[in-house]
Amino acid sequence: MGPVTTAPASLEVSGLAFAYPDGHQALFGVDFSVARGERVALLGPNGAGKTTLVLHLNGILGGGTGTVTVAGLPVGKRHMAEIRRRVGIVFQDPDDQLFMPTVREDVAFGPAAAGLKGAELEARVRAALDRVGMAGFAERPPHHLSFGQRRRVAVATVLAMEPEILVLDEPSSNLDPASRRELADILRSLDVTVLMVTHDLPYALELCPRALILSDGTIAADGPTAGLLCDDALMRAHRLELPFGFDPRAATAG
Amino acid sequence: MGAGHAHRLYRHAHSPVHALPPHTKLAAAFAFVVVVVSTPRTAMWAFALYAVLLACVAHHARVPAGFLLKRLLIEVPFVAFAVLMPFVAEGERVGVLGLSLSVNGLWGAWNVLVKGTLGVATSVLLAATTELRALLLGLERLKLPPLLVQIASFMIRYGDVITDEMRRMRIARESRGFEARGVRHWGVLAKSAGALFIRSYERGERVHLAMVSRGYSPTTKRVGGAPSSMPVVDEVTASRAQWSHALALPLSALVVCLLGWAL
Amino acid sequence: MHVPDGFIDAPTSAVTAVVAAGALAVSLRGARREQGGTSRASEAERGGERTAPLAGLVAAFIFAVQMLNFPVAAGTSGHLLGGALAAILVGPCTGVLCVSVVLLMQGILFADGGLTALGVNITDMAIVTTVVAYAVFRGLLKILPRGRRSVTAAAFVAALLSVPAAAVAFTLLYAVGGTTDVAIGKVAGAMIGVHVLIGVGEAAITALTVGAVVAVRPDLVYGARGLRQGLKLRVNGALVDAPEPAAPVAARTSRRTLWISGLVTSLVLAGFVSFYASASPDGLEKVAHDQGIDTKTREHASAGSPLADYGVEDVSDARLSGGLAGVIGVGTTVVAGSAVFWAVRRRRTGAPAGAR
Repeated sequence: MGPVTTAPASLEVSGLAFAYPDGHQALFGVDFSVARGERVALLGPNGAGKTTLVLHLNGILGGGTGTVTVAGLPVGKRHMAEIRRRVGIVFQDPDDQLFMPTVREDVAFGPAAAGLKGAELEARVRAALDRVGMAGFAERPPHHLSFGQRRRVAVATVLAMEPEILVLDEPSSNLDPASRRELADILRSLDVTVLMVTHDLPYALELCPRALILSDGTIAADGPTAGLLCDDALMRAHRLELPFGFDPRAATAG
Repeated sequence: MGAGHAHRLYRHAHSPVHALPPHTKLAAAFAFVVVVVSTPRTAMWAFALYAVLLACVAHHARVPAGFLLKRLLIEVPFVAFAVLMPFVAEGERVGVLGLSLSVNGLWGAWNVLVKGTLGVATSVLLAATTELRALLLGLERLKLPPLLVQIASFMIRYGDVITDEMRRMRIARESRGFEARGVRHWGVLAKSAGALFIRSYERGERVHLAMVSRGYSPTTKRVGGAPSSMPVVDEVTASRAQWSHALALPLSALVVCLLGWAL
Repeated sequence: MHVPDGFIDAPTSAVTAVVAAGALAVSLRGARREQGGTSRASEAERGGERTAPLAGLVAAFIFAVQMLNFPVAAGTSGHLLGGALAAILVGPCTGVLCVSVVLLMQGILFADGGLTALGVNITDMAIVTTVVAYAVFRGLLKILPRGRRSVTAAAFVAALLSVPAAAVAFTLLYAVGGTTDVAIGKVAGAMIGVHVLIGVGEAAITALTVGAVVAVRPDLVYGARGLRQGLKLRVNGALVDAPEPAAPVAARTSRRTLWISGLVTSLVLAGFVSFYASASPDGLEKVAHDQGIDTKTREHASAGSPLADYGVEDVSDARLSGGLAGVIGVGTTVVAGSAVFWAVRRRRTGAPAGAR
């Protein structure tokens, strides 16, 4: 599946460099673009700057050099509300993301903040919950759900905003195999652009045809996921290890 | 305080009382308690009538007496305190069974006991028939500052999460053979509390990021709203009939109270 | 110390409710300023509206910490009230909000503290404890040498004074609007005596907790924010002694330094008066004795009082009367403190906004 070139890219990052106020530099010139409808994995060892990069995508962090463009719209103070609607970030800990007293209100939070109300809001919430198979849990408080369910609701909260691009931070962490598969099915069924930040290499291979490796604050590799995972030297150089017994060649051949 | 807070307070049921909008119930409960507190303590029959009124509400709400009575145990410390009042209060004294008791103290004890009990019973009924979420909506509807309601709602949302973290830390301590036995161990407990605070605060920062990521933007003022207002997802409204149902309780109590002053 | 319905009469409850509402209104505004940003917030988010999530989480923390029982001696245990802790960690306004929300929820959900007594409970446990603790804390930091140990020590004293201060406030409220005429001396004796003891536990745990946080994330301790700057510079300056970083600290807090220092010095003086009082308790003990407060009755009253749920049951006479000693000093602290506080606040609001 080749990138579609007619529409502007969903995400365009160029020359992004950033240092925290305490002087620690996390990004050293990051360049990549994600075309509309693509599913891309962002791989990298701990401390590579993945989370820092993610927080740049919707303008929570900023002030360094370089630009981020979402569907042709530059990330900056002027379009902040629109950018945050277009970039849906699913954070690693669903407990951080689900802060409202019930699932329904949590899913409604984003669209309501954007000014939606009444029947339109209800419809949006129901559609988002349907897409992750959680429609029956709308009135439940988030902390009464299982971890996998909470992660799915977290995805729904973001889907309800009808984002241009879905950014998932470690979507498979702490999930049991069944929840993992359910989430994969959901993500595959969505027709949005996905950028998935993960350590979980088999999951990346399963879901994303293309992968980026972020290492020491720069993009070290960009190519088909299977090809990257099969390149042992590249993998070793960036502290990426496949789980025991997992062979990407065999997995893609099947 | 303590273990009692972990109780499940809400009793799920479908009753006319459950169905009332939360802000009407809150207003009714509050008004009722105010009336009870302003009743003269000498009008003993008035308090009996109040109890009957509450019993009617409990009956309508299908809250069993046993549940209500069990929840009333929270005021035991005050019962003990009230019992002591006749011994320590000033004023003229009477001898009962060879004990010298203060008349004033007896009245005081009765006063605290009966008003406290009615107050607790009202709160228990309110909590038993109103869901947490609805209570918060009701408070907001009653014009409590939105920021305060938001804080309360975050507190309730994360109360379990943080209590659970605390429990896990305790289990971790105990798994390594630690048991808090005395003053010497305060340091360890305090370190846990410190760690818990840091976790809580950092979670607060992450929650804020999650809110901002979904378009929560305090700087753009909402039309007709406070700059910090959360988007309104649910709006609770009450019809005139619902208001009159809810207010039937405090109004009938008010009649009793006025009679109590008059007689 | 949760006061039930019917304990304080209706007019006094109404007045305290107004006081509580006013203090909450002030705190709501102040909390926004306090939670404007910490070191980890990016420039973009600085000054953003972080109050709701942060105060909510801190309220949940206070709620959880109140369940953390610490053993006092064989068989008995106490728990934190948390007002001093909240004030020092997140600032007085946010502290007031957090503790008030906890009290509000306890009143509505758990019937812990009456609905009509909410004003009394909030005034007493949320406002008095946090304001006294914070004023004492800041005051001590001003005069103690800079350093982590000073933070811990100041937190100890602040928490130690905050609890009996709440007891004093309660006694005053009781004197005005109590529904039973128990002699005010007895109420004061029982309340304050027991609370001086509770205060010791509160102080130890608060100080240790603040110490633990200062050691790991000093930037999170609101009350020691100025100090954090000093510490950092000292580390960079290769173990140079403290006085050097004084300039940036002053610059950082200059907006409020003026009025805080005035307020604080007076409070510190008041605080020390109470210490001298406790150093020579004989006079007070004698007063207590002359008034004929039967220690045995007093002991019972406290055991069965609302304080019983704080687990301080077998209080020995000696400790109780010893604990009484600091009380008058604390009372002075409260009165002087609030007088100065209001005077200064009025002057500040009267001053032109362009002062910064």
